[in-house]
Amino acid sequence: MRLPLMNLFKLNRMPILRQLHLEEMLMRTSSENWCIINDGTINPTIVMGISGKPQELLETESVLRDEIPVIRRMSGGGTVIVDQDTIFVTFICNKDTIPGLKPDPQRIIQWTGHLYETVFNGIGNFSVCENDYLLGERKFGGNALSITSKRWLQHTSFLWDYKKSNMSYLKLPQKAPNYRQGRSHLDFICRMKDYISRSGFIDETIRAAGSHFQLTPLHQKDGFLNQQYEHLRSRLLTIDELEEAAVYTPAVATRV
Amino acid sequence: MALRIWASSTVKSTSVSPAFSLSRCFSSVLEGLKYAKSHEWVKHDGPVASIGITDHAQDHLGEVVFVELPEVGKSVTQGESFGAVESVKATSDVNSPISGEVVEVNTKLSETPGLINISPYQNGWMIKVKPSNAAELEELLNPTAYTKFCEEEDAAH
Repeated sequence: MRLPLMNLFKLNRMPILRQLHLEEMLMRTSSENWCIINDGTINPTIVMGISGKPQELLETESVLRDEIPVIRRMSGGGTVIVDQDTIFVTFICNKDTIPGLKPDPQRIIQWTGHLYETVFNGIGNFSVCENDYLLGERKFGGNALSITSKRWLQHTSFLWDYKKSNMSYLKLPQKAPNYRQGRSHLDFICRMKDYISRSGFIDETIRAAGSHFQLTPLHQKDGFLNQQYEHLRSRLLTIDELEEAAVYTPAVATRV
Repeated sequence: MALRIWASSTVKSTSVSPAFSLSRCFSSVLEGLKYAKSHEWVKHDGPVASIGITDHAQDHLGEVVFVELPEVGKSVTQGESFGAVESVKATSDVNSPISGEVVEVNTKLSETPGLINISPYQNGWMIKVKPSNAAELEELLNPTAYTKFCEEEDAAH
């Protein structure tokens, strides 16, 4: 049986906001399937989900002091801080692309879990737990989705490495998965580099995707990058919004 | 009181009691409403139509934690997105079953988005629209047709 077609787009250090805008444009205007792999982003950036509130999720005074950009993305899910040591992988598919896959959030995450299980191939005891990717008992990838009537998008930011100082910008969220068990952020996450090389992860992800799709590699210079899309929802929060959040004191605020 | 009829779900239980299976495996579909294949309902009541997502939709989404709604005065178009709901790390578009102008939004959903799960056809309504094309209602599914559509869609996966 012929595999469904998918465009493979490898990026290197594309700024994360530009990547999110590219994803929104492809999600809304393209009828093709896409796999986007961005090997790092330029500057440390905080990325919240669509409903993220900086006063609840961030140490806003530190964020403002250190001028860390904060993005609210169009997909659901939690808050991450990304930088050049983050590897981003995104799948954008038509709803009927994958035979037998019902396009609801948990089934999509399960499907991606099977894909990444083959990437790790027994290394590090990979699993999907409460919609997070774990190695052992620690999270190494945060994923989020956006679903329309005809398509779905699932994107992941993988912690190939991270700086402890960056994690101090994030608060312990009020809603955390049960498996977290109240652990601090640094006790809850792990570095992918302790298990697999950077190029090895990217190569194995492409190989795993290639077992599900007929991949067509595309290049950064290809014309579709110049297309415009007006209704972008992912955006940078303004300094005014962050200053307002810094003044607000929620009932519960716990440092991670 | 509206009569409820039952639509099937993909949930398959092999070791539960019939009463449990009934409450866990069936979504409700109300008489008197019209339905879109993208799982929104519309209730036309005089000059205004109320719109929300169906029990089948909220059941498949899981706990709704955030709702994005349009502003009053905005135009909506049949089959196109007017907002979104967030659940299980996902935002899901909500499409308007009819075209028209938004005349009211359910502001309670900003504080209590879970109303969509608890009461999808009553307290969980999302927007009210002044329809611009009454003929569009005829294109939508009646309760029986929507029930059958849900069964066929679930069986396909």
